[in-house]
Amino acid sequence: MNYDGGSYDVIVIGAGHAGCEAALAAARMGCRTLMITINLDMVAFMPCNPSIGGPAKGHVVREIDALGGEMGRNIDKTFIQLRMLNTGKGPAVHALRAQADKFLYQHAMKETMEKTPNLTLRQGMVEELIVEDGRCAGVVTKTGTVYHSKTVILTTGTYLRGKVIMGELTYESGPNNQQPSVRLSENLRELGFDLVRFKTGTPPRVHKDSIDFSKTEIQPGDEKLKFFSFETKSSDNEQLPCWLTYTSPVTHQIINDNLHRAPMFTGIIEGTGPRYCPSIEDKVVRFSDKSQHQIFLEPEGKNTSEYYVQGLSTSLPEDVQLAVLRSIPGMEKVEMMRNGYAIEYDAMVPTQLWPSLETKRLPGLFTAGQINGTSGYEEAAGQGVIAGINAARKVQEKEPVVLDRSQGYIGVLIDDLVTKGTNEPYRLLTSRAEYRLLLRHDNADLRLTPIGYDIGLITEQRYEAFLDKKGRVDREIIRLQETKVKPVQVNEALASYGSAPIVDGSNLLTLMRRPELAYSFVDLISPSPEELDEEMKEQVEIQIKYAGYIEKQLLHVEKLQKMEKKKIPDDINYNEIHGLAMEARQKLTKIAPISIGQASRIGGVTPADISILLVYLEHYNRVTAAKG
Amino acid sequence: MLSDTIAAVSTALGEGGIAIIRVSGPQAIPQVAPLFKSRIPLTEADSHTVHYGHIVSLQDGEQLEEVLVTVMKGPRSFTTEDVVEISAHGGVISVRRVMDLLLQQDIRLAEPGEFTKRAFLGGRIDLSQAEAVIDLIRSKSDRAFSVALKQVSGSLSARIHELRHTLIETLAHIEVNIDYPEHDVESLTADFIKDKSQEVMQGIDKLLRTANEGKILREGITTAIVGRPNVGKSSLLNALARDNKAIVTDIPGTTRDVIEEYVTINNIPLKLLDTAGIRETMDVVERIGVERSKAAFSDADLILLVLNANEELHEDELALMEQIHGRQALVIMNKMDLPSRLDTEKLRSFFAEASIVPMSVLEEEGLDRLEEAISALFFGGKLESGDLTYVSNVRHIALLKKAHKSLQDAYEAAEMLIPIDMIQIDVRLAWEQLGEIIGDTAADSLLDQIFSQFCLGK
Repeated sequence: MNYDGGSYDVIVIGAGHAGCEAALAAARMGCRTLMITINLDMVAFMPCNPSIGGPAKGHVVREIDALGGEMGRNIDKTFIQLRMLNTGKGPAVHALRAQADKFLYQHAMKETMEKTPNLTLRQGMVEELIVEDGRCAGVVTKTGTVYHSKTVILTTGTYLRGKVIMGELTYESGPNNQQPSVRLSENLRELGFDLVRFKTGTPPRVHKDSIDFSKTEIQPGDEKLKFFSFETKSSDNEQLPCWLTYTSPVTHQIINDNLHRAPMFTGIIEGTGPRYCPSIEDKVVRFSDKSQHQIFLEPEGKNTSEYYVQGLSTSLPEDVQLAVLRSIPGMEKVEMMRNGYAIEYDAMVPTQLWPSLETKRLPGLFTAGQINGTSGYEEAAGQGVIAGINAARKVQEKEPVVLDRSQGYIGVLIDDLVTKGTNEPYRLLTSRAEYRLLLRHDNADLRLTPIGYDIGLITEQRYEAFLDKKGRVDREIIRLQETKVKPVQVNEALASYGSAPIVDGSNLLTLMRRPELAYSFVDLISPSPEELDEEMKEQVEIQIKYAGYIEKQLLHVEKLQKMEKKKIPDDINYNEIHGLAMEARQKLTKIAPISIGQASRIGGVTPADISILLVYLEHYNRVTAAKG
Repeated sequence: MLSDTIAAVSTALGEGGIAIIRVSGPQAIPQVAPLFKSRIPLTEADSHTVHYGHIVSLQDGEQLEEVLVTVMKGPRSFTTEDVVEISAHGGVISVRRVMDLLLQQDIRLAEPGEFTKRAFLGGRIDLSQAEAVIDLIRSKSDRAFSVALKQVSGSLSARIHELRHTLIETLAHIEVNIDYPEHDVESLTADFIKDKSQEVMQGIDKLLRTANEGKILREGITTAIVGRPNVGKSSLLNALARDNKAIVTDIPGTTRDVIEEYVTINNIPLKLLDTAGIRETMDVVERIGVERSKAAFSDADLILLVLNANEELHEDELALMEQIHGRQALVIMNKMDLPSRLDTEKLRSFFAEASIVPMSVLEEEGLDRLEEAISALFFGGKLESGDLTYVSNVRHIALLKKAHKSLQDAYEAAEMLIPIDMIQIDVRLAWEQLGEIIGDTAADSLLDQIFSQFCLGK
């Protein structure tokens, strides 16, 4: 028997990293929001590695924070290790990575959600979407509850027709032996959506007391901490180290001897796995010349003895997994607490989405996270914020928020997905960004806080703190430019940095461009009259030092944005545009780009096609204008 | 694409005495300005004015071409953008030289039909013409595509692929260092990037050198026939022409003083220039002729010095031999049928035995020896026959030079210990610029390279 469960503005299905961000964003924007999940104990669960951040991913967390999302604040509360990676490289690729206490992370997120006004959490399994007048108008659960809503956001992760595979064994399951969602997947197909089968996997977990750490290298956290959230200024969290060891020749022998039992090679696994996250059996086979592979041992929390064995993702049979583990130095006597497994699941073909993450086929339905073919908590959360924002804006009858490729990694991620699609689980890499130098870790707040504020997700108080920081940085740069110095004032200090003396007068900004000088040089010569914290000094230094490269990229961005601003009307019929090549016609029809910029990034659409499209649009606009 | 500055030759190449190169876009005036020297700087020129001056080299300010430049500021121009039109002498070489310099600036070669497209988008062309504009773009693009395919086939394409492969391996290495900082891949040193940049720059240099050969193959080896009056230069030209089915052309933009003929000797195309007699003269008209012939002489790939064996060496001839010294040259000792009065000792101090060809043009004696000597010089020496990778398209040359410049930037940045993620910007740019030559700019291949080259993952 169905019964009425009430009606909402936004319903979010799933409570993973995408779902949490989506639900929080929508609720904080004032929408009556319902989040339904199969198991409320699994809110913000980390089914794979207990860590957040790293190159590109850490950048995304900073961006989520600048947009008013939760992931940054939550990991800042619950980390058990923080490390800034890539510090020997340029500032654009410095990347913060945290080890999370995965249990505390969940609890903290759930607590935040429970305390958020307008947000209702409900356990249940959604089996069907309600479609009324061609729009998505709610959901029906397995227990017969009917919830009506103006918009629905699907964040089902790897649950759709999830299937766990290990050796010869396969069974229907979501991650970590959760119930899979089978009926909803069928319902999406019935509604006409194209789904693909993807695969991912996770390594075994082992007991801390059975590891001989003396045979491994310690990997401690940073002493001087930086945080993900603009709001976090300090932390008392105790840090735990990770440990590094390597596979041995015996490991490789065991794997090679058991390939006939590896579902990767026996054909049991049908789904496409990510190249950047191969299983250990895949690595051993594809890179047979490599004599060893790195294995990181990562604690899963303060109050647990479980360790995550990074580098050993596998779907080999359980007995082989144990043998493999015990062939690794430091783990000769290891106790395996949970085995590794591969999981196959259904995902949406993401080219079915608008850049707002709303589906083209069913207005009112949004999708975010792993269901869109991505992998990674951060990628999921980044989409979750955008889907939550845009579902709320749809309810509020406002234009969707779309970040372009020069504004953030989130923009790169979504543009790639909806424009090019993906034929494997998609992971963000900094190399996917054309404007890496602009999309820095350090300036995520500068890039996106104003947008977060406009949307209503950044509080007045935080916005003022942001403006204060920005003002101090901008004024300091001007001051340095205006501060003239004579050789006698600076040559001694220059010498102490191993920097060549100046002959004529100069200014501090010009001097700061020298690679060997740091902001501390300014403190030595002419300290700022305003108080600047470390972050502000770093910002000043970066903006001055890399100005040449940054300006070069900004010139490109200007061109990009002109193309993005040329919008393509919804009702355009590409088959009517004579002169377009057949391939372009098909691709453009399928992707339905919103702008010339997006159109130009579709594979198979040539510059000549874009020229023709521009001419056609000009014609179209003039005719439309003439009609009034 | 919507806002960059573009250039193209807007008159048919090789036809007519004047060629017009059109530059259009927001940066047209400031980008052309440094290349154009005239009384008023281009940036200060009024709209719709014509200026006399010279196209100059950015490096040393050398005056390269005499031109007229017209400035038309938008929206009162064909494209409604700022337009600069450069009228140059219509010779292929002049036009190329100017285009070459323009494309070194932040100006790109216009796509087929692009001026018309911009005119339309700017509202200059009537709505009813939209379809015609589309047709123009389509047909010109298709034709350009097939031409480009032909040009980029074979060994040039293979060499570009090789260079790009080196670059993409380097890029993959850089990217893995950035995206997988804890992975046990060898970390990148500045020296590694310097080595790789240098390797590819050398490859580009080699291609650019063959670009010169490309010019040779397309237009003929520019061969100047020089010598004092009445030594038999014109007779030699006529003899070679008779023997080799010459195509006689008038050269636009030059005077009667230089006669140009195309001949093919043993499959080597020669562009023969019969220069006016080189000697000091007071006659103003003739002096201009001499100036021109000196210019032709200095541009030549090969010089044929004609001497009269029946006379003693003249002091003009000695001066000429000084100038020729070190260049590719053959000495024709004409009139061998008459008694020799030439100081052969003196001659041998300037030229190798093999490059001295005794002939009697009048008797058509020794013509075959000359033809053999020319073949030997080019096929035996400088030109590698059978491996004629050549780059001739002005666009290709511009892209090669831009890629070279990008790698030079990368090299210098590595030397200054600039972080690798910034050096990467220039390496990647070079990779893309080379890719444009062969029509391959897909960014996805970098990821493919990363994951096939390195074993990554958790």
